[in-house]
Amino acid sequence: MNDAAHWSIFVEAALINNFVLAYFLGICPFFGVSAKLETALRMGGAVSFVMLVASVCAFSINLLLDAVAAPYLRIISYILVIASTVQLVEMLMRKLSPATFRALGIYLPLITTNCAIFGLALFQTNREYDFTRSVVYALGAGAGFALALVLMAGVREKLDLANVPQLVKGTAAALVVAGILSMSFMGFAGLGR
Amino acid sequence: MNQPPTTDEFVKGLWRDNPVFVQVLGMCPALAVSNTAINALAMGLATSFVLLMSGISVSLLRRFIPREARIVCYICIIASFVTVVDYAIAAISLELYRSLGAFIALIVVNCLILGRAEAFASKNTVGRSVLDALGMGVGFTVALLSIGIVREILGSNSLFGIALFPDGFQTWTVMVLPSGGFFAMALWLLVVNRIKERQALKEPAQ
Repeated sequence: MNDAAHWSIFVEAALINNFVLAYFLGICPFFGVSAKLETALRMGGAVSFVMLVASVCAFSINLLLDAVAAPYLRIISYILVIASTVQLVEMLMRKLSPATFRALGIYLPLITTNCAIFGLALFQTNREYDFTRSVVYALGAGAGFALALVLMAGVREKLDLANVPQLVKGTAAALVVAGILSMSFMGFAGLGR
Repeated sequence: MNQPPTTDEFVKGLWRDNPVFVQVLGMCPALAVSNTAINALAMGLATSFVLLMSGISVSLLRRFIPREARIVCYICIIASFVTVVDYAIAAISLELYRSLGAFIALIVVNCLILGRAEAFASKNTVGRSVLDALGMGVGFTVALLSIGIVREILGSNSLFGIALFPDGFQTWTVMVLPSGGFFAMALWLLVVNRIKERQALKEPAQ
């Protein structure tokens, strides 16, 4: 059992080992929807929400798999249960709270099998977090993802106005920006110990 | 509609539709485990294996998989092969298993594999799917390896663990750190873009 302090788990997941900038998880939506600040914010919210759902799912599945001693089913059961739970939540949300659905809903199908979500489930299992720590870890990872996305969107909105050589435009420029962001996040190393 | 020659299915993955440099798919593993050439090679081979096996399975089962539930079926098939690879790597080399970490399991969510299953294997015969998967696999491995080589030479002054420059070479530590992955990938993208641009300029002149 891992007995790290809750706040240090949060800081670690959000800043020091940011999912996007240190683990490269969820890079596809990171480049895909980081062109505008508004969409980046909504996407960040949706990912944080799905991470929370996935974290709770993964924790329960892991209890079950430990009980029946079948660790080799972990990968397949995680991905199926997480994907179907998110689908279920999406349906519930559409029925119960159409306003939230309109804000976050369109991104949900995109991220059900996102590497950031699945990575979170795997990492919390590898580190043997208990229930509250898993939830805190998911919240931290979600906040970190949203932060990285919003920062990136801010830079890219400015980049649109700059005079960038044709050759570098697009993915290459976005990669360099992400590299510089990632380098600046290295400054957080050692925080929260 | 004339059917393209079968070798084309293999060759297109290498350059024209290279999964990493042209389609920009499967970037998470490409950047995360390419800090040394050996990790990059292992990851490339593991991904190619899953790509090949899932390509064969999806292609064989394409008449039996119902359209509505196809994605779930593909994910099940892919996840089974990833579990096989996960345990195989742990059995072959524990050291490699530790350095790749959770990224082997993360092959499941590599968009490249699901993308090929959906776009190619589900519509084509087994033979063509095998060639397509092999081409994409080799293209992916080469791309990963080229990023890994740049990062290892500059970041730790070695190649495949063998020291290169004996003295006076200041290593660029940033290249082994996560941000180095972004920079090395951006560098290769520029090279690929430049070559493509020159090719495009040459063609109308002919």
